Amino acid sequence: MKEVPAGPAAAEMEEKKNLTPKERLQIPTQVMREQEPGERIRNVKEVPFGYTDDQAKIEASRCLQCKKAPCVAGCPVSIDIPAFIKYIHEGDYKNAVHTIKNTNILPAICGRVCPQEEQCQKGCVVGKSLGGTDKAVQIGKLERFVADWEMSQGKADPPAIKPATGKRVAIVGSGPAGLTVAADVRREGHEVTVFEALHKPGGVLIYGIPEFRLPKAIVMREVENLKAMGVEMKYNMVIGNIHSVDELFAAGYDAAFVATGAGLPMFMRIDGENLNGVYSANEFLTRANLMKAYSFPATDTPIARSKNVAVFGGGNVAMDSARTALRLGAENVYLVYRRSKTEMPARIEEVHHAEQEGVQFLLLQNPLRIVGDDKGWVKQVECIKMELGEPDDSGRRRPVPIEGSEYMLEVDTCIVAIGNSSNPLIPDTTPDIETNKWGNIIVQEATMKTSKKGVFAGGDIVLGAATVILAMGQGRIAAAAINEYLATGKW
Amino acid sequence: MNRIIEKEFITPEVFRMRIEAPEIAAKRKAGQFIILRVAEEGERIPLTIADGSAGEGWIELVVQIVGKTTKLLSMLEAGGSILDLVGPLGKPTHIENVGTVVVVGGGVGIAPAHPIAQAMKKAGNRVISILGGRNRDLVIMEKQMKAASDRVMITTDDGSYGMKGLVTDAIQKLIDEGLKINLVVAVGPPIMMKFVSLLTKKYEIPTLVSLNTIMVDGTGMCGACRVSVGSKTKFVCVDGPEFDAHQVDFDGMMQRQKMYQVQEKEAMENLKK
Repeated sequence: MKEVPAGPAAAEMEEKKNLTPKERLQIPTQVMREQEPGERIRNVKEVPFGYTDDQAKIEASRCLQCKKAPCVAGCPVSIDIPAFIKYIHEGDYKNAVHTIKNTNILPAICGRVCPQEEQCQKGCVVGKSLGGTDKAVQIGKLERFVADWEMSQGKADPPAIKPATGKRVAIVGSGPAGLTVAADVRREGHEVTVFEALHKPGGVLIYGIPEFRLPKAIVMREVENLKAMGVEMKYNMVIGNIHSVDELFAAGYDAAFVATGAGLPMFMRIDGENLNGVYSANEFLTRANLMKAYSFPATDTPIARSKNVAVFGGGNVAMDSARTALRLGAENVYLVYRRSKTEMPARIEEVHHAEQEGVQFLLLQNPLRIVGDDKGWVKQVECIKMELGEPDDSGRRRPVPIEGSEYMLEVDTCIVAIGNSSNPLIPDTTPDIETNKWGNIIVQEATMKTSKKGVFAGGDIVLGAATVILAMGQGRIAAAAINEYLATGKW
Repeated sequence: MNRIIEKEFITPEVFRMRIEAPEIAAKRKAGQFIILRVAEEGERIPLTIADGSAGEGWIELVVQIVGKTTKLLSMLEAGGSILDLVGPLGKPTHIENVGTVVVVGGGVGIAPAHPIAQAMKKAGNRVISILGGRNRDLVIMEKQMKAASDRVMITTDDGSYGMKGLVTDAIQKLIDEGLKINLVVAVGPPIMMKFVSLLTKKYEIPTLVSLNTIMVDGTGMCGACRVSVGSKTKFVCVDGPEFDAHQVDFDGMMQRQKMYQVQEKEAMENLKK
């Protein structure tokens, strides 16, 4: 165990160390300070500022250090949460970060974008005792705090790399799954090349998640850390086209991990979806984030100058799109969702932020058709009101249209955020990688092995549309299996 | 990386650029395209590959200056390099010996039509190429197209070279000559492709068109390039760029091409300043 550091806070901490569980439950949840809604919709800077040193220590003191930690069980990458929180409480941030990085190489990212309320914080005994996950120990915010602390210290210590094995691993895609595998496989002493289709690394972390939720400098920094470990990054390489997976093996790679991410956007198949002013969320966010269209004409990629925007969908991507539209200067942003707020798949925090910023939620409503003007631009969208009926296959109550409730909403831009299908490039060019009827790659869940020898897959190309941390969780499983495969040669 | 080997203006607005890109050169097939970026905050634009040599490791683009990015590209010189270059993208042209193939290239579209003519010829087809332009200056690559074709017809809107008229007049002439055409492949401005399609539909001649829609990633992620084909939404970057012309909603496509007209003009004006 670590010694309690000497210093002004030492006495107070010594005191907190001896708190009874009951006393710990009385410590208030620490709230991150945020940019005011009216101010933040005029910039793209990150919304919350992160904990102060004191806040982090106080929040850490709320942890009961449960022996059978439900938080760890809820974490897709099984971070030793009580241990890292204890280190924070003791002010030993370095060991706190190292504890997290044993199982999660991207804490600054996960601390920001993980749905903790569905995972680690869901089972938290503190939260349960106080009657809500919002009262749970704020594990994600603590994770973010120590990760940011590490960054503020200058160069991060690269993890130890085992002696070179002479084996080579090709990773296709540099999103959360690909980056996780790159780190874990590289640590084992294998040579790693990451092939990225775009001109910048990070996948959805760069093109999808907005700057105000995840500053891009953080992603670039994590990639720099990987490069410092000896991972080779190759941009502008569309595997499937420039090299097939078989050609990678022929070129000397011993294993491949396919993490090509989300594929073609889904549309609603309603009239008017090809009108000017209708975007997929992927396109809208890619223009804004990857291409920085919010700075046009200082940057070269344009985006619609919208006044009234309708976003269709209720997930995180819908929230990101709506909040991005506000920052691009829209006066009215409507979020049209066919169920009620309870059924929304978006994180509570994102819904809350969107509401604070003035996104207008049109719940229990569904678009029927998009109407254009005589020049082919979006003018209106016809919506119908819905009510909730019996539960459907997903267990959520099925929305049923209310006859005669149709009305017209005046908009000039529509953003369709109802999900993605799969990217066809790798399956089309590597027919011996089996896919399901949606085009997602089929894997053995315990190893992420595909039907093709030496090829593993993970992230959204397997999961459909999921989260950063689930992609990373699959990456960890795959990396362990790749390391084993390369060590034993057994498939 | 992506070193510019040669650059030459063919007309005041159209230039040819040969770029060192051995991996793309080794892989590219007729009909495929690349996406490039010329500046750090630059946009990604798709351009169809006009030529290439696997042996010498280069590809060639023929580009018309239509906006800021193509203007910036035109200002790069041999010895310089392209910041980002990704490809080959899209599906290659389906090459088969079908008999007689008419390859139609309009304006700068003659450039991407060239590898298609070459490949069709190599597959054993009789290739008749029709090159169209508004005037003599805009009819490019005549020599290369002659080398790749059994016969070349030229049309200009103003009659300054070849037949006076449109490429459709040349196709009509072939039909009137009683020629049995097994396939038409048309590459050029959308309006040209639309009218070629309307004509060949009348005579039930199978026709392929190569679409050059707005794209961002170009790898099947964003959906900017979508177009209605046979009433279904298709993505030019991964389902195309070539489609059955008779199924393409050209009007819808042309309308989507205008999406950023205002901003494009503004960017060009800022550049001039």
